[in-house]
Amino acid sequence: MSDSTPVISCKNVWKLFGPNPKQYLADMAPGRSFDEIRADGYIAGVKDVSVEVGRGEMLVIMGLSGSGKSTLVRCFSRLHDITGGTIEVDGQDIGELDENGLIEMRRNKMGMVFQSFGLLPHRTVLDNVAFPLEMRGQDRHDRRERALEVIKLVGLEGREEYFPRELSGGQQQRVGIARSLAIEPDIWFLDEPFSALDPLIRREMQDEFLRLQEMLGKTIVFITHDFDEALRLADRIAIMKDGAVEQCDTPDQIVLNPQTPYVEKFTEEIEKSRVVHARVLANPVNGTAPEGEPVRAGHTILQLARQLVNDAREELPVANKKGELIGVMNRQEALDVLLGKDT
Amino acid sequence: MADIATKIDTDTPGLPPMRIVQLMVGLALVLTLARPVLPDFLVRLPESWIPPLADWLDYFFNVIVIETLRINELTRWFAEGPLDFMLGFTANLLEGKHRWPFVGPLPWSCVAAVAAVIGYYLGGWRFALLGGGTFVWTAMVGQWKIAMQTLSVLAVAAPLAFFIGLLMGIAAWKWNWFDRAVKPFLAILQTIPFFTYLLPAVIFFKVGPTAGAIATTIYAIPPMVLMTALGLKKVSPEIVEAGKMSGSTRWQMLTKVYIPSARTEILVGVNQVIMLCLAMVVLTAFIGMPGLGGKLLAMMNSFKLGRSFEIGVTIVLVAVMLDRFSKAWVVKLPEHHERGTSWFVRHKYLVAAVVGFVAFLLIAQFVEILDKVGRRQSLSMGKEMDALIKGFLAIDAVQAITGWMRYFLNVWVLIPFRNALLYIPTPAFILLVVSFAYWLGGKRPAIFAATFFTIVAFSGWWDRSVITLYSVISAVILSMFIGIPLGIFASRSEKWSTRILLLCDTAQTFPSFIYLLPAIMLFGVSDVTVVLSIVIFTTVPLTRYTIEGLRNVPGEMTEAADMSGATKRQKLLSVQLPLALPTMAVGFNQAIMFAFFMVIIAAFIGTQDLGQELQRTLAGTDLGKNFVLGMNVALMALTFDLTIMNWAQKRKKALGLS
Ligand SMILES: Nc1ncnc2c1ncn2[C@@H]1O[C@H](COP(=O)(O)OP(=O)(O)OP(=O)(O)O)[C@@H](O)[C@H]1O
Ligand SMILES: [Mg+2]
Repeated sequence: MSDSTPVISCKNVWKLFGPNPKQYLADMAPGRSFDEIRADGYIAGVKDVSVEVGRGEMLVIMGLSGSGKSTLVRCFSRLHDITGGTIEVDGQDIGELDENGLIEMRRNKMGMVFQSFGLLPHRTVLDNVAFPLEMRGQDRHDRRERALEVIKLVGLEGREEYFPRELSGGQQQRVGIARSLAIEPDIWFLDEPFSALDPLIRREMQDEFLRLQEMLGKTIVFITHDFDEALRLADRIAIMKDGAVEQCDTPDQIVLNPQTPYVEKFTEEIEKSRVVHARVLANPVNGTAPEGEPVRAGHTILQLARQLVNDAREELPVANKKGELIGVMNRQEALDVLLGKDT
Repeated sequence: MADIATKIDTDTPGLPPMRIVQLMVGLALVLTLARPVLPDFLVRLPESWIPPLADWLDYFFNVIVIETLRINELTRWFAEGPLDFMLGFTANLLEGKHRWPFVGPLPWSCVAAVAAVIGYYLGGWRFALLGGGTFVWTAMVGQWKIAMQTLSVLAVAAPLAFFIGLLMGIAAWKWNWFDRAVKPFLAILQTIPFFTYLLPAVIFFKVGPTAGAIATTIYAIPPMVLMTALGLKKVSPEIVEAGKMSGSTRWQMLTKVYIPSARTEILVGVNQVIMLCLAMVVLTAFIGMPGLGGKLLAMMNSFKLGRSFEIGVTIVLVAVMLDRFSKAWVVKLPEHHERGTSWFVRHKYLVAAVVGFVAFLLIAQFVEILDKVGRRQSLSMGKEMDALIKGFLAIDAVQAITGWMRYFLNVWVLIPFRNALLYIPTPAFILLVVSFAYWLGGKRPAIFAATFFTIVAFSGWWDRSVITLYSVISAVILSMFIGIPLGIFASRSEKWSTRILLLCDTAQTFPSFIYLLPAIMLFGVSDVTVVLSIVIFTTVPLTRYTIEGLRNVPGEMTEAADMSGATKRQKLLSVQLPLALPTMAVGFNQAIMFAFFMVIIAAFIGTQDLGQELQRTLAGTDLGKNFVLGMNVALMALTFDLTIMNWAQKRKKALGLS
């Protein structure tokens, strides 16, 4: 799904809120904790974060309220000027961009859906959706056509002339989504974009984004509180706490090998077997592969549950979609994931 | 109010605050009692100590500003060029002045029709009636021409004030230093008496509509600046970010994101601009501007009360119309049309206005009465009313009552009070003011009070300042006797609260000039009239804030009092009033500000305060003196403002109401 060149690459990024953050960061002793920083009168919105987002990848950011998810995404789009570190987008250090460069980048590359929608109250749905096109200087007719198209896509047909205050929360959120869709950006920042939607539309929207990502190879950074949603969408998940990224990894790895106690606790409640795929448990074949029917690498352990219970073999061969053998899976290990370890 | 005293900041080291207040008051008392034996310089500052501030200012203006910098050439150019052009334009359209575009005057029926359509658009039939009715009345009583003279200046000054205020507001929002530089200036501007605006306008812009328009414009700018900056600051950050992420340039951000999102505050600013412009344009009568104000002044001077009353009604109608319309505009949100609605339906109000305008334009060509209402045709009842009012005043009973009131107020209240104030030696007076500021507001207001009143003492106009203060204080105290009981009464029931609040709201939109009318009608031209017109004027905010304060007392507190078995009276005295006091203080403060404003206007009735001197300066070119006098009024007003607002804020915080 994703190739190797990172679209967004951020190194040791800091974002401090407070009276004189740059100076403070320069003088700060390394390794100061979030609470110590707060005691000094600063809030570490983003604390020493290094992440890369590959082209065509969907990175999901999770974490408790106030952990810095929105702040990090705002740093990516330079809505916040960062206090320390560097962020590169397509190899360009965005901190160096001048005003025009920034405007160009946002007009052509980036789209964002805001947590609380950020709709312009004095504009109709149509004009809100067409707003980024208008800023780019597209002519009236074209932007109207395009806006109508995406409004239809999000299911708001017939509401084009309404004002935001005349819409429900979910409808407003869809206007925000439509607005970000209108310019078909390469990089999408979605800050809890579906939080106000009912489950049905929510699923539809998720499918739409998956489709776009797969068909057009969009890069998406997605914030959510909903782990199921994250599982459906994520290539990788980053878990944040107190401004820092605790772990950034595939969902399988996050549940199988939580790297900090916090991540462990965060994923405690999750049914691991729903997350972990056979491919992840497959060990390289040494010697001869076991006989018999292989399990599909892309299936989750939950999907394989019946087979795991019924099968008597010690080791199970794992094959990919094309039927090629990629490794062997220890059945006991897989059963541990399914049933939990005996302690 | 006894518990207030204990609330002064007790954290100050050294003497307890109450002690300091007592000491200051005591010292002032001693000084006053010892006046007969005091050396002269302690009673009043000797002339020789007083710096010739007015002369310096005159020098500054005449030599530096006018002769060296030649600013007046710039201003004259503006006044004779663009401004004069705009004024000529509106004056031609509305009153038919012989200026470009040489088409006016528009038939009155056209204007009334358009006003009715605008009214209908903004608020349905009632507003249509208000808009159309105002102009029909104006034409019918034969005041069309003077009303249009006033409105043609308003039509230039208000947009001008709007644009300048908007630009300054944007600047204040954008640059912190500008905000900080401009804020105190605006605060002072809002307390300076309006006469102080008038004279510089006259000097820099000649007498006549241009000077009037300039003074009016400047007077109306401050609230627009404040509202614009406030509105822009309040735009939600996510909307701003959405604008940025759409790739807006700075200009696009400002025009397409910020300003439209701050619509409400900006329109509130527009409402204030219009109302202040109207208030001021009426007052430009004092520099000889023709129009409603000028006519009213002339009629009052010659004691033609019937005609004065009619003009007063016109002014009130215009004020109410402008206020209601602009307020309706604030809350009027755009409505959506279904897709595919035709242009005519989308713009039906515009179409209706144009149709109405053109129709009456054509009809008026044939039906003369719809074009102009001549002197003979007008329905003015001025003479009849004059007779009526004079007859009423001549009734023995009425005369007895007003005569007795005048006698009582003058002999037993006002004059003794005034003499007492004048008797107090200057240092003692300052001490009293400072101790008042300290007692109520704390240290900072006390320091300001001391500084401000010392400046007043050194300005050389001490006695007149004290007389001004006397009018203000006595009027405010008298209006407390009316406003507070009225407010308490009204706050008892929902129905009466809304009624009286509506009445107060409406009354506050009247240009201050109007308030002289009833006082003059009852008491003729005298000292009592001045105080009474201030009383009427200041009762409005007092009543209003009393009601608001009492009604906003949190429900659970009155319920707690009910549950403790308090009688109505106990509840009022020990729960509601103390909690309402901070809000009432705001009303009290506003009353004082209004009083300072009114006392200067009322001066033309003939008083001996600063107002009268100020009016005299208008006749000549005493710019320096005008400024010094204006400054005195502003400084005294600011002292009260700082003190009372400080107290109200502290008190609110202490009560957990803010
Ligand atoms: N402009 C700002 N000024 C000061 N502090 C801020 C600012 N923006 C965010 N913060 C602080 O940074 C921290 C992270 O905020 P952020 O909005 O990124 O949280 P979040 O993870 O998105 O939470 P949520 O899930 O509730 O949206 C919070 O403690 C917040 O108070
Ligand atoms: Mg957030």
